[in-house]
Amino acid sequence: MSKITIPFGPQHPALKEPENFMLVLEGEQISGATINLGYNHRGMEKAAEDRTYIQNLYLIERVCGICSHSHTTCYITNVEELAKAEVPQRALAIRTLFGELERVHSHLLWLGVAGYEMGFETLFMYTWRDREQVLDCLELLSGNRVHYSINTIGGVRRDITAEQKAEVKKRIKYLEERTQYYIKLATGEPTVLARTQDVGRLPYDVAIERGAVGPTARASGVARDVRKDDPYLIYSQLDFKVITHNTNDVFGRLVVRALELVESYKLIHQILDGLPEGPIAVKVPWKLPAGEAVNHYEAPRGEDIHYLKANGTDKPERLKVRAPTLANLQSVAYMLEGGWLADVPLVIAAIDPCMSCTDRAAVWNPEKGRTEVYSWEEMRKLGIEHYKRRGVDFGRL
Amino acid sequence: MDSILPLAQIMIFPGFLFLAVYGLLLQWVDRKLCAAMQNRMGPPWVQPFADFIKLLAKEVIVPDEAESVMFRVLPFFALAAVMTAMVSIPVGQTALFSFQGDLVAVVYLLTIPTVTFFLAGWSSTSPYATVGAMRVLTQLFAYEVPLMLSLIGPAILAGTWNIAEISAFFGAHPALIPAQLLGFAAALIALQGKLERMPFDIPHAKNEIVGGQFTEYSGRLFGFFCLAVDMELVVGAALLNAVFLGGALGLTGPAAIALFLVKTLFVAFLLALLKVLMARIRIEQMINFCWKYLAPVAMAQVLFDIFLKYKLG
Repeated sequence: MSKITIPFGPQHPALKEPENFMLVLEGEQISGATINLGYNHRGMEKAAEDRTYIQNLYLIERVCGICSHSHTTCYITNVEELAKAEVPQRALAIRTLFGELERVHSHLLWLGVAGYEMGFETLFMYTWRDREQVLDCLELLSGNRVHYSINTIGGVRRDITAEQKAEVKKRIKYLEERTQYYIKLATGEPTVLARTQDVGRLPYDVAIERGAVGPTARASGVARDVRKDDPYLIYSQLDFKVITHNTNDVFGRLVVRALELVESYKLIHQILDGLPEGPIAVKVPWKLPAGEAVNHYEAPRGEDIHYLKANGTDKPERLKVRAPTLANLQSVAYMLEGGWLADVPLVIAAIDPCMSCTDRAAVWNPEKGRTEVYSWEEMRKLGIEHYKRRGVDFGRL
Repeated sequence: MDSILPLAQIMIFPGFLFLAVYGLLLQWVDRKLCAAMQNRMGPPWVQPFADFIKLLAKEVIVPDEAESVMFRVLPFFALAAVMTAMVSIPVGQTALFSFQGDLVAVVYLLTIPTVTFFLAGWSSTSPYATVGAMRVLTQLFAYEVPLMLSLIGPAILAGTWNIAEISAFFGAHPALIPAQLLGFAAALIALQGKLERMPFDIPHAKNEIVGGQFTEYSGRLFGFFCLAVDMELVVGAALLNAVFLGGALGLTGPAAIALFLVKTLFVAFLLALLKVLMARIRIEQMINFCWKYLAPVAMAQVLFDIFLKYKLG
């Protein structure tokens, strides 16, 4: 059988965001895979330099539609560190609560996506309907379903009342039951097992070598969780387990995420029961003293890193976001090779990719051995030339 | 007058018009059932008709690389083969044109749409369509033998290769229908594979190879392919009804047709159940499953039927 090269993306039904995977196929089996990034540059880091710290909160929340709280919390921790602000305990607890609710909503979403990619639409429909419960919780607490806008510099924007507490606990109770059903389904249904076991293998040492993070790493037996390794917010006061699995395949990632849901429910109950009294925010000056800060945060998809450099004004000098997907994409190429074409969507989906959060543009000049910065004019010229080679002339626009 | 009646039968009932309308209705029933099982709303009953009419109005795009004539005629071949197969399957008490050995002819005619799917994908020449075409053919070799084997059982028991006679035999001996359960299950699963529905929708698995063999098809041509698939569902359900469920069960006239509708709806329900219960499997798992489990089950039914026939004399 001759080899054919199939472009998987940038436009493909299995990819919710544009990214390109060139697959070399021998029949149904993949003998080589190349990942091409760079379809999604949104210029957010640059945009952040033109906005004040409080305005940036709005921007950073929109880095990702799923881990919106993760990104703002990570950013805000940097800001508060530079401002040397003492954030009240109640605010930290509320941030933690939102972090865990977000993890629940992200993992339920992933479970649905995984079901869809393996052609199990019923699982997709069920989990997404149940996910509405946690979205309702988030809406109840913050007024928003996706971009909660609960964080503000120095604390949080809304308090939690006793009625809200009771309502959230009720809905989480329901989700606990449903999750038990999903765990039974994922570990018992023969076709799910057939599609996930021994698919997209990532052995322990390869996971370490390629720097996998989050559930992807934990499914390869790497107990890597920022919440335990370097506790932030109020995680040091909470009791939870780091879930790992040693099957190194998509099945492991499924189990890890399902069991993490259970841990998250436990955490939510703990936080709500032990919510400390006190104010929810403190005042922080608009201008930050010059300095640098780096922080990491365990987003639902893995370790999220933010770097912030302040220069004494009310705007940051530089902001750098390292989304978890960038760390995990290195493993995808390894996982794809030698696998089946039918498993590609599932293997890619198994790291829970978020391409828009990941893509950056940098110009590497190999002759000078350094990165360069394009001016607007140069960027425009480059774009026109690129499309001219493909037969479209935008030069007259 | 003599020539008008058969023509009307072929064009209207139980021919083209009935098949098309009932096929589109069954598509709706299937979608609505799946929706109910998956906890969602599902489409209104006009949706399949609206989809079909809209597709007819759309522009047909034939890729430059594709083989133009082949690309254009294949949907009609599929449609014609499915309609021809229906001629020998009884809807009420009797079939339109029934002869000794029509069971084999129907199975053969039902293979033609699958072959046109393969040719459609192959003549499109795009990568996704090519992979889809390969999968169509691979899948054909997986389910075709179990399907044929499971249909042989009742034929042996009834001692005839005529579908109408098989159905009349079971109508006369309804006690033997439950004895065909194993073969019926095997035929049902093989039919699901033939219709390329979940979990066997491997040739056009949308998250893997976009539209599979139909990727390059659009407008009217795609509409007719879809119609052929819907009609194939009716023909498949009717075939199972006639061979395994005893057809009209001795009823005549409108009652027989009502019974036909009830039983084909029941088969459609079982197929919808299969669709929502499982995840899509891989092509090599499909082949393994069909040859390791489905074919032996169908074979066991054949042996059991031979034994039964010997016992009954």
